[in-house]
Amino acid sequence: MTTTVPTKDQNHSHGEHAEHPDHRMFGLATFLVADAMTFAGFFAAYLTFKAVNPLPDGAIYELELPLPILNTVLLLVSSATFHRAGQAIRQDDHGRCRRWLLITAGLGLAFLVSQMVEYFTLPFGLTDNLYASTFFAATGFHGLHVTLGALMILIVWWQARQPQGRVTAADHFPLEAAELYWHFVDGIWVILFVILYLL
Amino acid sequence: MTISLPPETSSPPRLQPSGWLRYFSFSVDHKVIGLQYLVCGFVFYLIGGALAGAIRTELTSPVSDFMARDVYNQVLTLHGTVMIFLWIVPVVNGAFGNYLIPFYVGARDMAFPRLNAVAFWLIPPAGLMLITSYFLTGAAQSGWTAYPPLSITTPATGQIIWILSVLLLGGSSIFGGINFIATILKLRRPGLKLMQLPMYCWAMLGTSILVVLSTPVLAGTLVLLSFDIVAHTGFFNPTLGGNVVVYQHLFWFYSHPAVYIMVLPAFGLVSEILPVHARKPLFGYVTMVYSIMAIVVLGLIVWAHHMFTSGTPPWMRLFFTIATAFIAVPTGIKFFNWLATLWGGRISLNSAMLFSCGFIVNFVLGGITGVALAQVPFDIHVHDTYFVVAHFHYIVFGGSVFVIFASIYHWYPKFTGRMLNEDLGRLHCALTFIGFNLCFGPQHWLGLNGMPRRVAEYDPQFTLINQISSVGALLMAISTLPFLWNVIHSALSGPVAGDNPWKALTPEWLTSSPPPVENWIGEAPLVEEPYGYGVPPDELDLTATSGRDLWSSGK
Repeated sequence: MTTTVPTKDQNHSHGEHAEHPDHRMFGLATFLVADAMTFAGFFAAYLTFKAVNPLPDGAIYELELPLPILNTVLLLVSSATFHRAGQAIRQDDHGRCRRWLLITAGLGLAFLVSQMVEYFTLPFGLTDNLYASTFFAATGFHGLHVTLGALMILIVWWQARQPQGRVTAADHFPLEAAELYWHFVDGIWVILFVILYLL
Repeated sequence: MTISLPPETSSPPRLQPSGWLRYFSFSVDHKVIGLQYLVCGFVFYLIGGALAGAIRTELTSPVSDFMARDVYNQVLTLHGTVMIFLWIVPVVNGAFGNYLIPFYVGARDMAFPRLNAVAFWLIPPAGLMLITSYFLTGAAQSGWTAYPPLSITTPATGQIIWILSVLLLGGSSIFGGINFIATILKLRRPGLKLMQLPMYCWAMLGTSILVVLSTPVLAGTLVLLSFDIVAHTGFFNPTLGGNVVVYQHLFWFYSHPAVYIMVLPAFGLVSEILPVHARKPLFGYVTMVYSIMAIVVLGLIVWAHHMFTSGTPPWMRLFFTIATAFIAVPTGIKFFNWLATLWGGRISLNSAMLFSCGFIVNFVLGGITGVALAQVPFDIHVHDTYFVVAHFHYIVFGGSVFVIFASIYHWYPKFTGRMLNEDLGRLHCALTFIGFNLCFGPQHWLGLNGMPRRVAEYDPQFTLINQISSVGALLMAISTLPFLWNVIHSALSGPVAGDNPWKALTPEWLTSSPPPVENWIGEAPLVEEPYGYGVPPDELDLTATSGRDLWSSGK
């Protein structure tokens, strides 16, 4: 590790202790590692429960695949659309960027709606049995992440407005941060989909 | 010793609030935040100490006469939680980390100053919430481990408040860890290589990796536990088909690394203190670095040695016993490196050095009982007895708290610009060392003879040893008085310290005491050799590229 790239303000005195802009993405990535560990804990609990705690007779824990597959597609597409928004802002095309952002947020909301539909059509509830509880905890925690991500996208959409928005071609940290977070949430979903629905 | 002297420039403008008020403000200055952590932590240490005093008072007699049994349970839960989450973790990480790391990497501040302030200001409300739960509804009663089903069946309100405060403190810890990783890896002064960093940076890097990887798992687990309590799910509730052992696995996945989160920074701090007061380079810098990283990796894969009596299968017992025994290797390397640092040094027996030596003695005893506890047959015999209590306190009090005091004696001149009284410091050290060993030494015997921990009453045959232990606790309480008098009196009227009273070489001493807001007037010094003691400057090979070559040139 020889990343000794200094920020300009390290070399000479300045009166203000500001966040060092070049390191915010690194900090966010570190936070996302921590966040991933929370999911890892849930997944580990789920897999252990499945391995050692058989359900009592009569307990129902059945998952349907169509809606989750639709959800997976929604999120994967939304990652691509967010990427397009990032490309647009680098080309200083605010209008296109904001359109892609709106599409991404829309896909996120569609995911949430579809997830709610799944919740209400499942044959089990939160406290019915161990697997059901863990299923709701893991998907619910992920849904919380999607909700926060969708809100972030809408904030970035607002910040990318012209002429006075702070997200510009030269400085678009909020967009980059939201994009990294969104890809992370999508990645977690893919793992969650494999563990909860396919295994 | 190679320090490029900065050109004189005018003082930067002071935009921070000045005076004592800034310590109560949302200051983003890492030095202010460090001292906020330290003082806040010490207040909680006094609270946790009072709780320990209540426990030892109760245990002077075999019957439950000083307090009711459920009050005893609350007191021991609060004692553990306060001491771990509000005293040791915030102080060895937050206090000294925030104060020292920016100096050591040659930066003006941490990478994320505002996040840093947020991380600190999560602590006082969390601590207040935890303490007030005792007066409002009764605190949690299930110990700092909060094992279900006990934590599900004891009164819910106290347990939920406990979970909320631990979640806040965990969040604070994660924010701090992210900040340390970013500061150490990304904010180093140009020209400063990783292998030239003072050892505390490596300790904090390793600790922060553990914080970032393991604390979120505890947070998720406690959220599930709160669901069990509030929403009556059955994750960890056997009557609803849940699995308590899964809680234990997830809990110890954090809480074993938590021991290293408490003790690795202490390793780093003591590695800073010993070379200064022995006037010798730190022995074995490179092995020290690799030992820290080995402890980080091994520390993540030994958690189930806390669970040998929880029906763990034989293969798991075998794996975790071996992995745990392996940790003794890097820890032993560090231990012998400290001894070799002292060997033949020009040792000044001041308070900082005495507390550090006390740490080495206590820690090796705690380490030996730790290796013993890793062996399944022995562990089954003493599990949940006072032997474990004694081992744990030899690590976290004899280890971490001794180093915290050594560090306060060492860095107080830098914090305040004034010296502490050495005679009072030595008295403090002697009282603490005698009191500590008198309190916790006999508990090994109690545990081996089968006295269970966490119970307000015990078999009358243990009365005398428990009373001896309580006398030790009283001595430890008394030892706080000369310390408190010393720090308050010296802050007001101690002799002026000057910039560098210890003639130390690490960067925090190469500025005024207390340092200016921007740490240095002018450019940060480039300290390529933080431990270059005892070598005349003209004998040092200044063209050497790594610290290792420098140290091999001069003994």
